[in-house]
Amino acid sequence: MIDFKTIVLIFFGALAVSSAVLVVFLRNIVYSAFSLIATFFSLAVLFIFLSAEFVAGVQVLIYVGGILILFLFALMLSQQLSQKAVKLSSTKLLPAVLLALPMLGIFLFVIYQTDWELVQNIQMEEGVASLASLLLDKYLLPFELASILLLGALVGALLLARPGEK
Amino acid sequence: MELHFYLTISACLFTLGTIAIFWRNNLIAILMGVELVLNASGLNFVAFSKYTSASLHGQIFALFIIVIAAAEAAVALALVLRFYQSSSSVDVETANKLRH
Repeated sequence: MIDFKTIVLIFFGALAVSSAVLVVFLRNIVYSAFSLIATFFSLAVLFIFLSAEFVAGVQVLIYVGGILILFLFALMLSQQLSQKAVKLSSTKLLPAVLLALPMLGIFLFVIYQTDWELVQNIQMEEGVASLASLLLDKYLLPFELASILLLGALVGALLLARPGEK
Repeated sequence: MELHFYLTISACLFTLGTIAIFWRNNLIAILMGVELVLNASGLNFVAFSKYTSASLHGQIFALFIIVIAAAEAAVALALVLRFYQSSSSVDVETANKLRH
C-alpha cells in the first residue's frame, strides 16, 4: 500500500531527525558540523515534497554552501583540531532534558489534538515566477530591509572579527 | 495526516536545538542548536502554507528566515572569534568577565 514517495518522505524525515540527534550528542564538534549538513540536505528534500523547490534550492545554497562553511572556518580558527574530546558537562544535561522533553510533549499534544483546517485538493501556484512577483510586490519592504540587514551584518562581522589594535 | 508528519519532525528538531543550546559548552555548538531551531520554524512555515492555505506566503517567510539566519551566523561567529582572541577558549563557562 505504501508507495515509493511515502518511503522516500519517511526516510528523509528520519534522516533529518537522526542527524540532528547526532549534531546535539556527538562529542567531536567537527563531526557535529558534518552531521548538520545531512540535516540541512534532508530538510531541503522535505521542502521539495512541500512543493517549495525554490526554498529547497536556497536552503542548499545558503545553509550548506554558506553557513556550514562559515561554521567550519570558525571551528578551524578557534580550536586545535587535535584536541578531539570537547568537554561536555553532564550536570547541565539533566536540566536541559527536563526542560526540553515536556516542551516536546506539549508540541506533540497540540499537533495531534488540534483540528487543523486543512485545504482539500491542494492547488499550489507553480513556479518561481509567482514567488518572485509576491516577493517584489507585496513583500517589497521586508525584501529591501533584508538587504540593509545583510549589509549591516557584513560590515559588523568584518569590524568584529578584525584583530583589535592595541 | 501529512501535515502532522512535518509538524512532528519540526517539533523534534526544535527540541533537539533547545537541548543543544542549554547543554553544550562550546559556543559554536550552541550556534548549531540555534540553526536547528531556525530550520524547524522554517519547515513549519512551509508546511502550514501548503496544507492550510495552499499559498506561497509561508515560503516567503521561510526565505526571510534563511536570510536572517545567514546574517545571524556571520555576526555570531565573528563574536565567537573575538571571544577566542581575548580568552583563547570557546567555552561559555570561561565567559565570566565583563572586561579584561
